[in-house]
Amino acid sequence: MQTCADNVCCVLPYARILVYRYVMPAFPITPSTEIPQMVSNYIANGEINTEFIPVESEHSSMSAAIGAEAAGARSLTATSSAGLALMWEELLLAASNRMPLVLALVNRTLSGPININCDHSDSMGARDTGWIQIYAENNQEAYDNFIQAYPIAENPAVHLPVMICQDGFITSHAVENIELLEDKEVKDFVGEYEPKEYLLNPGKPIAVGPYSATHYAMEAKKNQEIALENAKDVILKAAEDFARLSGRKYGLFEEYRMEDADYAMLIIGSAAGTAKQAVDELRGKGMKAGLIKLRVFRPFPAKELAEALRSVKALAIMDRCESYNGNGGPLGSEVTAGLYRNKVMIETVNYIYGLAGRDFTVEDACGVFAQLEDAALNGKEIEQYQYIGLRK
Amino acid sequence: MSNYSLKEMMNKPERLAPGHRMCAGCGATIAVRAVLRALHEGDRAVIGNATGCLEVSSYMYPYTAWEDSYIHNAFENAGATLSGVETAYRALKKRGKLPADETFKFITFGGDGGTYDIGFQSLSGAMERGHDLVYVCYDNGAYMNTGIQRSSATPMFADTTTTPVGSQSSGKMQNRKDLASIIADHDVPYAAQTTFTTDFKDIHAKSEKAIYTEGASFLNIMAPCPRGWRYETSDIMKICKLAVETCYWPLFEVDHGKWSLSYEPKKKLPIEDFLREQGRFRHLFKSGNEDLIAQFQAEVDRRWDDLLYKCNRYK
Repeated sequence: MQTCADNVCCVLPYARILVYRYVMPAFPITPSTEIPQMVSNYIANGEINTEFIPVESEHSSMSAAIGAEAAGARSLTATSSAGLALMWEELLLAASNRMPLVLALVNRTLSGPININCDHSDSMGARDTGWIQIYAENNQEAYDNFIQAYPIAENPAVHLPVMICQDGFITSHAVENIELLEDKEVKDFVGEYEPKEYLLNPGKPIAVGPYSATHYAMEAKKNQEIALENAKDVILKAAEDFARLSGRKYGLFEEYRMEDADYAMLIIGSAAGTAKQAVDELRGKGMKAGLIKLRVFRPFPAKELAEALRSVKALAIMDRCESYNGNGGPLGSEVTAGLYRNKVMIETVNYIYGLAGRDFTVEDACGVFAQLEDAALNGKEIEQYQYIGLRK
Repeated sequence: MSNYSLKEMMNKPERLAPGHRMCAGCGATIAVRAVLRALHEGDRAVIGNATGCLEVSSYMYPYTAWEDSYIHNAFENAGATLSGVETAYRALKKRGKLPADETFKFITFGGDGGTYDIGFQSLSGAMERGHDLVYVCYDNGAYMNTGIQRSSATPMFADTTTTPVGSQSSGKMQNRKDLASIIADHDVPYAAQTTFTTDFKDIHAKSEKAIYTEGASFLNIMAPCPRGWRYETSDIMKICKLAVETCYWPLFEVDHGKWSLSYEPKKKLPIEDFLREQGRFRHLFKSGNEDLIAQFQAEVDRRWDDLLYKCNRYK
């Protein structure tokens, strides 16, 4: 067992996994900059033999990653915020061309105003690009998710790109102890990459990226959607295999003290740690509080979430992202639709918190639970869509 | 290249199959076939392609006209996409995942829209990083796929759908960008400008050099478009000849920093001879527009003089 505790925890594990990736194009952007830097250092010192392409933009990093993956080489890239936004067109192409590549996303808010801190507006904006999205609460999870990304992406029933998301600065630059697997364990888990069809297959040329007229394009899109649905089982299977290797268990989401919970909070990423603290404190005071931390946002586990929430009295849906639709955040919209479709008619409140790095505290989380209780016990009308921690 | 024989070349197996949907009299497929003929027998290739006429007409699902592996990604990123493919080749070779005796070459095609304009950054990046690939621009001087809109490759005064000739307009107001020179100034090992000559020797020699020179190479090929330029489809070779003989489209190369002229007309023809054949310049021949032609001629002369200077041929 190796452990690591310094301020490049986010980067070191990625770089170690790179031993098994062949090509990495990347363009630096805060707060994911250290990833290409560390990779370059590893290469400069002969520690890994990954090919690094210092592209001139993020659009080109995703373009080159697609080219490399299509050619038959495992590839990955890393980015944040505006970098992901610049890749937008290519995110769609990576998914629709069914490229099983991996993107390490260090979440940062989108401009404007320009700001380098965390929220989920970058990845949430890309939620419908066809990528699998897996979120992490801490560096251990980011590392574990990253390793599991390979067998998920490359599974023949899926063959889709995977975005591994973690919170910029809050976890990416945090000093944390994490457990690393041995290189050989990772290598065995990830396996050799043996694509069936690729550009550099001698004597078996292929063509990638067709023009498709109306009579074929719709089927291509439906097939892509089926692949994303298939990913759910594949993600769970990868988690099972990973648990056998590491002892660490993962699902589509994590349920924390939910067994008999009356009041639940649904949250993504690092703020789950803060909210768990609040749950513990409230439990100590007799409130049946619980939490669900969503790990897999795409494919969206609507049915599974609805079942897990069926018996709660009220639910707080926490969005670290404003989606400018006048109807709440992205998680709020998806969850309420999922609950309705599965006939789970519970009280919900959609909170927007932590935008552009605004702190989210244990007190904030306790306040949310207090509002839920007030609504459920006293029938108080609660604003369905509200911000936490705004300046007055 | 030694003992070039057009007949022999034309008997090589085609790497772009017939049945694609490009227009009759289109320069793009002539350019593609000429470039691919320069691949040595036994060498494999991966072809890249920016979005454009060539892409939408040659790989229409479920049919492809390409005998080699082919990748189209998007409009503005053919340079970056092929950078990834070429890097993957090196990675796979290094790891013994490709037989040592297998050779792949990397050639990407883009129109002037995908090359001069929207794909310029991606092209510049790929050239600067020095990937072992060839970027071929088939330059037809406008966005033909979307319906003849001006590009930065469109010559001055051309009538296009976004620079229409009207009572207050004589067509495009600006001169064309000199992309071959700009890429040559990236200090790439090889950059050249060519078009179709009667024996196709110039384009063949330059393609072969571009493909087999290690590092990033660039070819700018004037590839006329009958729809946009408005000429009779059978006149394409005549148009190309006039472009060269008027010095509108000089043939030159820059080999490891050394500029050289590939052809110098014995008698430079007046630019009218090139312009007159094309509907997009018809308005220049209305009486009262003589000064526009004079202006066009002055620009051709200025650029030709500049090229002679770079090629150390200035008298």
